[in-house]
Amino acid sequence: MTATTSAPKSDSKRLENRARPGQSSPKLAYLPIIFLAFAIGVPLLIIVIYSFLEKPSQGTGVKWVFTTENYKALFIQQKLDGTTSLDTRYIKVLWTSFIYSLITTIVTLILSVPVAMWIATRDARRRTLLVALVTLPFWISILIRTYGMRQIIADEGPIGKFLSLFNIDWSILYSPPATILGLIYVFLPFMILPIYASAERFDFRLAEAAYDLGAKKLTVVRKIILPSIRPGIISGVALVFIPALGSFLQSDMLGGGKTNMVANVIANNFGQARNWPFGSALAVLLIVLTLLFILIIQGVSQRRGDKVELV
Amino acid sequence: MTHTQTPTSKRGKLVNLRNFPGFNPTAWFVLFFLYSPLVYVVIYSFNSSRIGAVWESFSVKWYGKVFENDDIQRALKNSLQVGFVATLLSTILAVMAALGLLRMKRAGKAVAIALIGAPLIIAEIVLAVGTLGLFIAVGVPLGKIGLMVAHTAFCIPFALLPIRARLSQLDMAPFEAAADLGANERQILRRITLPLLAPAIFAGALLAFAISIDDFITSFFVAGPGATTLPVYIFGMIRSTVTPEVNAISTLLLLFSGSVLIGSYLIQRKRR
Amino acid sequence: MASTKRRRASYIAALAAAGALLLSACGGETTADTGASETAAATTGDFPTTGSGVVNVYNWTDYIDPEELKRFTAETGIEVILDTYDSNETLLAKLQSGATGYDVIVPSDYMVAQMVELGLLQDIGVSSFPNGGNIKDNLVDVYWDSGRNYSAPWNYGTTGIACNFAAEPECANIKSWKDYFTAGLPKMDSLKDQVEVVSAALRATGVAGADLCTTDTAKYIAAEELLAGFKPAVIESDGGIERVTAGTSNVRHAWNGSTHRMTVENPDVQYIYPSDGLNLWADNLAVPVGAPNLDNAKIFINWMMGPEAAGKQSNFSGYDNGIKGSDAFMDEALKTDPAVVVPADKQALISPLPNCGEEARELYTQVFTTWTTSQ
Repeated sequence: MTATTSAPKSDSKRLENRARPGQSSPKLAYLPIIFLAFAIGVPLLIIVIYSFLEKPSQGTGVKWVFTTENYKALFIQQKLDGTTSLDTRYIKVLWTSFIYSLITTIVTLILSVPVAMWIATRDARRRTLLVALVTLPFWISILIRTYGMRQIIADEGPIGKFLSLFNIDWSILYSPPATILGLIYVFLPFMILPIYASAERFDFRLAEAAYDLGAKKLTVVRKIILPSIRPGIISGVALVFIPALGSFLQSDMLGGGKTNMVANVIANNFGQARNWPFGSALAVLLIVLTLLFILIIQGVSQRRGDKVELV
Repeated sequence: MTHTQTPTSKRGKLVNLRNFPGFNPTAWFVLFFLYSPLVYVVIYSFNSSRIGAVWESFSVKWYGKVFENDDIQRALKNSLQVGFVATLLSTILAVMAALGLLRMKRAGKAVAIALIGAPLIIAEIVLAVGTLGLFIAVGVPLGKIGLMVAHTAFCIPFALLPIRARLSQLDMAPFEAAADLGANERQILRRITLPLLAPAIFAGALLAFAISIDDFITSFFVAGPGATTLPVYIFGMIRSTVTPEVNAISTLLLLFSGSVLIGSYLIQRKRR
Repeated sequence: MASTKRRRASYIAALAAAGALLLSACGGETTADTGASETAAATTGDFPTTGSGVVNVYNWTDYIDPEELKRFTAETGIEVILDTYDSNETLLAKLQSGATGYDVIVPSDYMVAQMVELGLLQDIGVSSFPNGGNIKDNLVDVYWDSGRNYSAPWNYGTTGIACNFAAEPECANIKSWKDYFTAGLPKMDSLKDQVEVVSAALRATGVAGADLCTTDTAKYIAAEELLAGFKPAVIESDGGIERVTAGTSNVRHAWNGSTHRMTVENPDVQYIYPSDGLNLWADNLAVPVGAPNLDNAKIFINWMMGPEAAGKQSNFSGYDNGIKGSDAFMDEALKTDPAVVVPADKQALISPLPNCGEEARELYTQVFTTWTTSQ
């Protein structure tokens, strides 16, 4: 997702605004759209449909009987003793995912703004190198990065060994902090890069002018720099929060194989637990929550005059 | 950024607005944080001990094991096959979509953008299990072909990003000139639009390839026997952990990603 | 002009390369082998002992000896492609999800029965294979496959508790499943297996081995309550051996063979037979319906029923096996480990897991899901 401040249109006329001879026909997009309708639209449709079906007796697949039980099961638990009660299990799973993503987003934001600003204020050659350094992890498989993190924070890993010299017990692997740490590690470049993209375009003369006019340094940061890189921050927040919410590997590899994030529960229901309809209902819920979040972001940024685009 | 006179505070002290307190150490810390797991993986891939965490002595034997491991070769071959096909198809479709989107009406455009951008918004697990459902409903056997279709779908938005960005920056002048000279749509496309977009298309293809090679969740759910890709295989290894061998594979992949990135930087610099 | 020609040439080259890759992808490795019957060189009667092509084996993680697979390929000419899973339920889920490319699978006793019910296994007449006579007498007429038509015996064992007595002194106080679930120690592992975990919880709350398929919900409520207080650090069926050997875990709900392998690396790790009873299970080789390489699957299964193959496999996995004559090839360490050879005084604690009916299975799933989502 990209967010841009709506600046006045530049002199070079924009390609999209004028229908002129020689431009490509919209029909070109038909093939991709049809393909995607099949490869993306239909799977999503299937998930929605499955969420209203019943689980067959032998587990995998669906039984073509309409039911809203799956959605009820998200919130109401049919206990073993026959009573029904509020099912906090899945609410907890959703809440856990939300909290983990929130923490990840906040921490990466706090770390990324200084880093992006710092890189943007280096000289041109160092900047290219630094951007490359930040970009490289982004290109390395999340699996490998998560695995590397796991080895580092393992009890007998380098941190543990170092701290044991001071007789400090280090044991965070296979616990929530480990999962969150993994999320932060994996998503940090996703936050740095968009903020840097905004920071790079920032003209420091504005800051210096403000300073010359008597503003304190903090005010300059607050009223001039931050608003200018706000689009980058919004992009970064979206690029981190949304995938973190739906992340699977970190909880699985760093959290001890537990299913306490949404993606893990969905995966489990399509695997060992063999309850596709329920997994689908949870997936639909995740989609709805994600869309809600995006609408909020769009609302917040549009009110401030920013334009948010998906692609 | 141009150099301007360094501003002075009211008390006359020199103030460099380019240096904020704490930013420097934070930046170094972040870089250290980003790279220490990767450095660890590389270093410990040379650990001769079977038990990962304890350093025994320097050895390249795990690399030897990687190269004689048939399963890894197979997984790599699958990853590359799926990757190349997905990259090719998704880039072509992305170019078509980028060009077609320019002149689409609001409603169609919204649908198109929603479909294209879906993999970016929706958690991969959802699309992965949905795709599984699709293949079962249609009766497609779980295998490489299905995987290629799935990969192409989620690679399209990534291939599209650089292309759309470049398209919005293009200057109208060459197009106007060509139209004035009587070129038709196809000619403009072939001789002006595509060449101008070439670097962006290349960047998009690279991005799509990286995304496809690294993909885990979709490949995990949709791949059948004989279609195991490298990340899925590595995941299985990590689960049963023959640790140093995984570090060796990871290091090799690191080298690969690094060289691709450096290569693309060099190519882009040459073009300028 | 020249540059466009060059560019066009490179486009065509790229397309050609992609096309070649695409075509090679179509010729996947799971295509049915028509070659085996034609190229079968040496045969024993009607049963081939060599073949060509591949056999797709779907097995538990870290369960089959890679050296034996190489020996198999060397002797038969058939290449083995190995894929892994971590529980019977995962295996079932994968098969039912349309993964039809597997030739050989390794389900446990009750899962064979379930799969036969569901029509997922092929009747290949294992007992009539050349090595079919090697099956140990007590494993020929088993409840899940009387007369051995669908499955060949693989490894069998028990599921108990592996404990590192040096790293965790409390190990001495863990004598039953109840102790295990209420211990509350750090560095504890659990299996990600609903049948194993829930049956252990049932045993811990007093359910007898013969009653493990009960549909009395009160018993499951008790099990659920017991599990509510059990929060291990890791819930994973895979990688247990590595974790315990490395010291990441000290107490693990483990299979006896895995424990044997841990003991070999670290003698401080011992196997505990819980006093409230433990499960005896027997794994099997079977061929799912729709297997693309049926002949190669049969050759594989027959080969694995040879005494040498079975013995060496046991040496790797740490379990006993169901093949006569394999003793000659098994390590002494196996024969002297109380985890592998059940001591006389523990015999009474062991009971096999029967194939539960659907209602009981649903209850197992519910208890397990409640437990895993409340971590």
